[in-house]
Amino acid sequence: MEYLNIIFQEVYKILFLLVPVLVSVAMIVWLDRRVWAFVQKRQGPNVVGPFGLLQSLADALKYIFKEIIIPASSNKVIFILAPIITMTLALIAWAVIPFSENQVLANINVGILYIFAVSSLGVYGIIMGGWASNSKYPFLGSIRSAAQMVSYEVSIGIIIINVLLCVGSLNLNDIVIAQQNMWFIIPLFPMFVIFFISALAETNRPPFDLPEAEAELVAGYQTEYSGMMYAMFWLGEYANILLMCALGSILFLGGWLSPIDLYPFNLIPGAFWLILKILLLFFLFALVKAIVPRYRYDQLMRLGWKIFLPLSLTYVVLTASYLFYFNLLPKI
Amino acid sequence: MIAHSIFFYFFSIVAIISAIMVTASKNTVHSVFFLILDFISISCLFIMIGAEFLGMIMLIVYVGAVAVLFLFVVMMLNVAQQKNQWFLSKSSSRHIPIGLIISAIIFFELIIVVGGWKYKPDLVSLSSIGSTNEISNTHSLGQVLYTEYIHIFQISGMILLIAMIGAIVLTYRQREGVKTQSYVKQISRERSEGVEVLEVQSNKGVKIDD
Repeated sequence: MEYLNIIFQEVYKILFLLVPVLVSVAMIVWLDRRVWAFVQKRQGPNVVGPFGLLQSLADALKYIFKEIIIPASSNKVIFILAPIITMTLALIAWAVIPFSENQVLANINVGILYIFAVSSLGVYGIIMGGWASNSKYPFLGSIRSAAQMVSYEVSIGIIIINVLLCVGSLNLNDIVIAQQNMWFIIPLFPMFVIFFISALAETNRPPFDLPEAEAELVAGYQTEYSGMMYAMFWLGEYANILLMCALGSILFLGGWLSPIDLYPFNLIPGAFWLILKILLLFFLFALVKAIVPRYRYDQLMRLGWKIFLPLSLTYVVLTASYLFYFNLLPKI
Repeated sequence: MIAHSIFFYFFSIVAIISAIMVTASKNTVHSVFFLILDFISISCLFIMIGAEFLGMIMLIVYVGAVAVLFLFVVMMLNVAQQKNQWFLSKSSSRHIPIGLIISAIIFFELIIVVGGWKYKPDLVSLSSIGSTNEISNTHSLGQVLYTEYIHIFQISGMILLIAMIGAIVLTYRQREGVKTQSYVKQISRERSEGVEVLEVQSNKGVKIDD
């Protein structure tokens, strides 16, 4: 009985986190399309509901009622597993995101490593989907995507090391609290820029959306998917983008800390500030999609390995020497 | 503790079954997927004994990078179509004794390691890795890794670096007559180099780039 109680409590907590995340994924897709449209002097989705807010729900309903087609020559088990893995991995990472000092589902010691590990597992959904489709375009798309994600993970990892040097803990709450005096975006601004660009590449967003470059690869690894399975890929992708925005705001923008540490602003709950920062970062993501042309694949690889990796490594050395010289290294 | 042991047996059974399936499954790509499942369940076991840093690093390094490369190689070689019929083929009988010897050696080595651990508690107490709750796993690892074992740590890093350089040297070949773009050249081009204004006489034309 006691076990059941605990399980119910945990399930309640998990639902309380997951449902808002899923709803906000739907809203964020609408925001993405609206921003994209406004930059191009269009209206975007504005028919369903007020300002078109319910457009994503209408899309989701349409996806649910479409027939799921499984190609005859595909590897069926892996074909079905791929979107499930993508979406699950995009959602389980939210378990460690702190919305305020106490509002966190799992306050684990190695929170940042957990997020990093989960996002590095995200490659598998794409590879599995591309391979199991047993068709040329999905396979090419998944190979491209996997190479791209693995490359940019390296630089994201080193950027995280930069932040961790200033914090001295892998716990996400500690990372936020360490920014009480100064957000890390100020001393580590170059790293923030590189993190932002790497996050674009990591989530396969334009200008790095080579895996689904429609001019070359139809839709990349999603080509053979239809109906709800396609929608799951799409949900997972946007949940991943939101996660990257959340990670960026926790690492550099002070997470749930209020920008001004004064009386009226202190009363606003931390979750509000975190969501505001996530939205700000996502707005940048959406702007970049609208205004930057797509990269060529070799240039993408060159950017990742020959520019971002050496730059971030150099910055690690700089940060470490600065902290060591001025005796600012965090005490355990 | 019941929940703990249930999870322990679950993860270890998954680990063992998937390790068997790596060798037994017919499709090579499936083998790699089972290998990944094996890695994941072993890292879960690491987390369960309190070595959360090791478990996460295992996920990041092995599952996130090494296994992806495995999968790449297996998929690119298109061995998916070649079924794993090694057990049935005649040539396998020549390799079985070698495999048996190697697995016996590994088995005895494991026994020695586990036995040494069991019968020499001094060995464990000698090392300064404290497993207290006050200091986190990551901190205690860092404290011994960069002080007591710094030389071993550096040497293993050097070995990895040498392996990387070796792999690049072995596969790198300079081919003749390949046109590559130089970004520096492209960016540093001036108008005076690229554009030339010519007086073209009628009915004569001009020659470009001869």
